[in-house]
Amino acid sequence: MGNREWETATHERHASPLACIPEHIAHARLDPLDESRIPNPESRHTTMTPELGQLALILALLLALAQGVLPLIGAWRGNRALMAVARPAAAGQAVFVAFAFGILVWAFVHFDFSVQYVADNSNLELPWYYRVAAVWGAHEGSLLLWILILNVWTVALAAFSQKLPEVFASRVLAVMGLIAVGFLAFIVFTSDPFGRLLPMPGDGADLNPVLQDPGMTIHPPVLYTGYVGFSVAFAFAIAGLLGGELEQAWVRWARPWTNVAWAFLTLGIVAGSWWAYAELGWGGWWFWDPVENASFMPWLVGAALIHAQAVTEKRGSLRAWTILLSIFAFSLSLLGTFLVRSGVLTSVHAFASDPRRGVFILAFLTIVVGGSLLLYALRAPKVVGGKSFKVVSRETALLIGNLMFAVAAAMVLLGTLFPLIGDALNLGRISVGPPYFGFLFPLLMAPVVLLMPFGPFLRWGKGDASVLKSLLLRVLIAALACAIIAAFLVDGKLKAIVGVAAATWIAAGVLLYAYKRWREAPRGRRYPGEMAGMLLAHLGVAVFVVGVLLSESLSVTRDVRMAPGEIQHIGSYDFRFDGVHRVTGPNWKADQGVVTVTRDGKQIIVMHPQKRTYPRGQVQTESAVDAGAFRDLYVALGEPMDAGNIEGAWALRLYYKPFIRWIWGGGLLMMLGGFTCAADKRFRVRRAAAVREDLLPQETRA
Amino acid sequence: MNRLLPFIGFMLLVGLFGFGIWWNTRHDPNAIPTPLLNKPAPAFNLPKLYEPAQTVSKADLLGQPYLLNVFASWCIECGVEHPVLQAAAPTLGVKLVGYNYKDAPADAKAWLAAHGSPYALLIADESGQTAIDFGVYGAPESFLIDARGVIRYKHIGPITPEILATKVKPAIAAMLKEAP
Repeated sequence: MGNREWETATHERHASPLACIPEHIAHARLDPLDESRIPNPESRHTTMTPELGQLALILALLLALAQGVLPLIGAWRGNRALMAVARPAAAGQAVFVAFAFGILVWAFVHFDFSVQYVADNSNLELPWYYRVAAVWGAHEGSLLLWILILNVWTVALAAFSQKLPEVFASRVLAVMGLIAVGFLAFIVFTSDPFGRLLPMPGDGADLNPVLQDPGMTIHPPVLYTGYVGFSVAFAFAIAGLLGGELEQAWVRWARPWTNVAWAFLTLGIVAGSWWAYAELGWGGWWFWDPVENASFMPWLVGAALIHAQAVTEKRGSLRAWTILLSIFAFSLSLLGTFLVRSGVLTSVHAFASDPRRGVFILAFLTIVVGGSLLLYALRAPKVVGGKSFKVVSRETALLIGNLMFAVAAAMVLLGTLFPLIGDALNLGRISVGPPYFGFLFPLLMAPVVLLMPFGPFLRWGKGDASVLKSLLLRVLIAALACAIIAAFLVDGKLKAIVGVAAATWIAAGVLLYAYKRWREAPRGRRYPGEMAGMLLAHLGVAVFVVGVLLSESLSVTRDVRMAPGEIQHIGSYDFRFDGVHRVTGPNWKADQGVVTVTRDGKQIIVMHPQKRTYPRGQVQTESAVDAGAFRDLYVALGEPMDAGNIEGAWALRLYYKPFIRWIWGGGLLMMLGGFTCAADKRFRVRRAAAVREDLLPQETRA
Repeated sequence: MNRLLPFIGFMLLVGLFGFGIWWNTRHDPNAIPTPLLNKPAPAFNLPKLYEPAQTVSKADLLGQPYLLNVFASWCIECGVEHPVLQAAAPTLGVKLVGYNYKDAPADAKAWLAAHGSPYALLIADESGQTAIDFGVYGAPESFLIDARGVIRYKHIGPITPEILATKVKPAIAAMLKEAP
């Protein structure tokens, strides 16, 4: 293998998937192959199938080329035969990609260590379900997963776009095809997952142990589904730009797709955050790690985008802005994919020994992002379109929210790239870290929280200021009342009080609006999907705010040395350490602690935190968590005080974390909001002609 | 013109990264010689991480070679390097001394508790003052210091399995062969 040296030198140590795995814990694989282990010929198979996978990818690349180029020419020349190529080419490409993916899964399941990628990321002891997950455990395979998911989106798009105007649909599918061309070429020319390793080793290395967790197996596919989903909004925007001024209806067609993508991304981030909390033993749920930021930036821009699309669809205004956001959301998804996958985040030196991937990524980003921004510059709607709006209007509220989200995304981008820029220019390493994000992000989000109750109450175009006054009074009284009650309960901790006030502020607005709809709208039309989704997502924000601020201000953390039998008191809970013993899992050994938690003399739970050692010597903490709606109890096992004696005293971390579950609960509500909104009947395209008729912006519904 | 701004901004970013990649294919950052190479290590006197009351000086460590590893809990690449060191520590042939750089002691301890400690000795340079004498410009960096207190080898950036095998271990072997 030509780039074998590069493999060990750089990308192995970035074996974390795109997932929110903070890089600082991404364990490296240690010794590549342990020759002393006895190979078991029965369990391994070498066949020709990996070459078939390679062939399938090349065929998929050719079909993607056809899908990307021919329909564009057809749309340009008015040739229906060429436009008709899009759908069959998309279907064929999907079949070949799925086949290649299946081959790689098969190679993992059957221990085909003659495939380098399989040998690098699995071994004989790895259970089958983690061998399947190992497919996307490192660079090559996760790119394959990316392209597979892109194909799923494309096929869905091909199926659901049949009622759209033919020219437009073929342009959208062509853009999807061109994206696929880029990724397939990247895989085929620089990141072949089917490369052989000769002679075939007796056993493989290991899947990064941090990935050996049920949450981690599903997290990357979900996250990718969100990432890749923004390609649909992007394709719609590009097709809209190509179509020119006449093509404005695309925003409505793009809306459900964007909402679904955003909802998946939300779920992916929530899963990653939950995993980091449960797995890392730090009790934290968000680290402002570059890997997390990479998924958070498209989320922020996506949140702005789904709101901007609503404005553009209904009022025709903010058109250029919506296009720009569509481009940015997908560009950030691409950037995130590459930044995390390429290892460039930890150092631009990742490309020092093999610049091919770096050059390819840069060229690809330049063509996709640079090309679409250039297209935007040339073709974006020249006149300020749509209906005008006054200062007090729903548009203004949404625009401020939009700007805040965009600025927040830019802030995260700057903070993430800053160390890289310094590194690229050899200025030394500059790390900005959590203090920067932790200070700026809440500051930027405060206006969003303040505006949130008012947005829905404001009318499009020109809002009624008097409505606002009575509303302001109500939410203010609600927020103050809850804050005062909370002040007594939380011992006057300011952060917690602010959290309760802010959450009540948002929730009161949501509930008041829900009540208004209940009273005013006719039965059956009170809560259409779009509105219900909005209410759910906004309620999710309130729940999230409670989770963040209350858990941060009220959590108790104890780093303690405990001998067996010792008891620690946290609040009304007593944690008794009952010693450590050895346990064995399918491919690990662990020191397992026993911690009995009692409250008022009644036993609540017996917790089993572990410190696992994997075959290649990597150590992984498995925290024990007792989850509850209002509080989590969390125990992580540190080190024995006396290295040789596991039966003695240990260092332990004990946490009491109130309301932490509300963070993920809020995220799930936001996700549910996204899906509910996408399910709105109004978004179902009836037939091309009908859609043509309502190119004009819709009248406001609420 | 306004509409071109996003494009121009993006192309500037592309130029920057292109330059970065180009630069790095020509310049190996680790090839930059440290002025301290083959010179005596600077004198230091730093508290132990776990017993801040006790300090360790350069003189205390004379007579035995050691690999001084500069790390910090906030440093992303240190997490990359950490498992490599952990696996290598027992067979390294020299003592591994952890130099905790510009870190809150509590953070460092939590980090070590979570990831394990490969270090035989841990010293803390909370202010980063002493690190300036060493010419540390970021974490992680590693200094191989011989029994007479002379810096024999320096590595900037994380020690990967490859660097361990091709650079660090040969440097240690050469040093040990020369002065048994």
